[in-house]
Amino acid sequence: MEENALSSVLIDMINISKSFGGVTVLDEFDLSIKENEFLTLLGPSGCGKTTTLRILGGFETPDTGKVMFGNTDITNLAPNKRQLNTVFQKYALFPHMTIAENIAFGLKIKNRPAGYIKDKIKYALKLVNLEGFEERSPTELSGGQQQRIAIARAIVNEPKVLLLDEPLGALDLKLRQDMQYELIRLKNELGITFVYVTHDQEEALTMSDTIVVMNQGYIQQIGTPEDIYNEPENAFVADFIGDSNLYDAIMIEDRLVEVDGVKFKCVDEGFGTNKPVDVVIRPEDVELTEPSKGIVTGRVTNLIFKGVHYEMEVKAANGTEWLIHSTGMKPVGEEVGIYVDPFNIQIMNKPEYSDEEAQAVEE
Amino acid sequence: MRRLRRLKNKRAWLAAPYGVWAAGFIIIPLIMIIYFAFTSDEGGAFTLANFSEAFTGETVKALWLSILLAAVSTAICLVMAYPLAMILAERKRGAGGLIILIFILPMWMNFLLRTFAWQTLLEKNGVINSILSFLGLPSLNIINTPWAIILGMVYNFLPFMVLPIYNVLIKIDKEVFEAARDLGAGPWQTFRKITVPLSVPGIVSGITMVFIPALTTFVISDLLGGSKILLIGNVIEQEFKQLNNWNVGSAMSLVLMIFIVISMVVSAKTDKDGEGSLL
Repeated sequence: MEENALSSVLIDMINISKSFGGVTVLDEFDLSIKENEFLTLLGPSGCGKTTTLRILGGFETPDTGKVMFGNTDITNLAPNKRQLNTVFQKYALFPHMTIAENIAFGLKIKNRPAGYIKDKIKYALKLVNLEGFEERSPTELSGGQQQRIAIARAIVNEPKVLLLDEPLGALDLKLRQDMQYELIRLKNELGITFVYVTHDQEEALTMSDTIVVMNQGYIQQIGTPEDIYNEPENAFVADFIGDSNLYDAIMIEDRLVEVDGVKFKCVDEGFGTNKPVDVVIRPEDVELTEPSKGIVTGRVTNLIFKGVHYEMEVKAANGTEWLIHSTGMKPVGEEVGIYVDPFNIQIMNKPEYSDEEAQAVEE
Repeated sequence: MRRLRRLKNKRAWLAAPYGVWAAGFIIIPLIMIIYFAFTSDEGGAFTLANFSEAFTGETVKALWLSILLAAVSTAICLVMAYPLAMILAERKRGAGGLIILIFILPMWMNFLLRTFAWQTLLEKNGVINSILSFLGLPSLNIINTPWAIILGMVYNFLPFMVLPIYNVLIKIDKEVFEAARDLGAGPWQTFRKITVPLSVPGIVSGITMVFIPALTTFVISDLLGGSKILLIGNVIEQEFKQLNNWNVGSAMSLVLMIFIVISMVVSAKTDKDGEGSLL
């Protein structure tokens, strides 16, 4: 995207390992965070994303490796000495203080003058659309409002990086979508780096400049939302991001792949000959045709109306099951042809290590 | 609606046993104390003489000494209990529970027995002094002094300070402390601005639960203070048992009760959330 704006590296996590009671949560983990970037750590629970964020915030110390902030090693720096601020999952507002006192907390610690603090509170409340809330108590606020105050409390300290730990997890769907736009707007207005943790792939795709897909303490793929969605590097990423048809396949030769005995033309090269691979085809990339015009024929077994499109399941003659998203509807039982454009077939190497193996997504 | 109300009325009857109990053993004795306090022992006419007789030099001295010793004991309990409660609250629930159990184990022993034990330990030729002289150290002569009474109070009432503070501390979301650190507060600032204000209900409840029994005790002062030190509890006991003057004794009890009620109202005001309060 905006390559030049995202160019200089702000934080470098180098060779980080961390285990809790013998369970390895992060294993030789490397990650660079660029200035002004909206970076999302995405993965199922237990993948190490929250631990990564807590190491950045200073609440955990890695067993090995170091964290560089610019040219400074901050691995063992206390949380209160870091130029980062965190928005906590459960907001963590101070219940014995008013909203204004909550927002002023960090500024008072730094002995800022009263006039400056007052201006900052006003500015922050305006930024999160909660003007006039100064004298309220956190307990009077809804979840979404508490969330906004937690953000306001963090950003008045003008951090270089804002860390957000599943901040929208507790909100209902509509509010969550509104807050996604709010966060993008905030990030653009503030011009700072956001590091965002979530297990919600849609949230990650909507907001991020860069997505880091994690599983079991390893990075599976780093890329733009488009890269991650269109060119997943392995079966785990393909399965975790969006709906997909994921198949065991054999790469016969360059530009030809075989799934359950049926050969498909594709555009990938350099995998070798007769090599086992994973194939991912997005449901919206599967085209339904007349039976005679398809690469393979099949019968519709299930049909659901999803609003924007129909979701259909087709059992092909060779036994392959297909998930299809299409605006055209075919009734259950109808004989159809299946065609996939070679460009829309994504070939992936099988994972090399057993512990990197794709696993069912726990949701 | 009506059925609901009938149900509620039925439920109210379940409180009847306690109602009888309260009437017989709390309300009637209270009325009797008020009656005795405001009547003369000859003839039962209304009088305020009991109060003026009650608060002569000796009793006022005992009252002030009681307040002083109770306050000192409460302060010592608070200083000792708060760090302990914090350490316990920071531990995992299971381990904290075991320590709490060990801690309250002495409470399963009879209160009198425990205080007698201290008497034996502290005596001039008691266990502690035997050990000290064996080691060639100077002997400890605190038996029959206010210090021994304070020691007895702290020993007996410390758990009543630890438990309410611990209960409040474990309920505070750990993220709140992390948020304070995140916003630039050091460990001491976090303690002062977050931990202490959020644990006020526990502190208030602990103070009430230590201060009131310490203020009214006569057993601890009797056993560890000898006959030389009179607390208000001892003076009231003497009025009833030795001088057989129920009227003056009642007047003294009534004044002491007013002190207690005042301290409870103050604590209820401070503890707005009603967590752990006695009222």
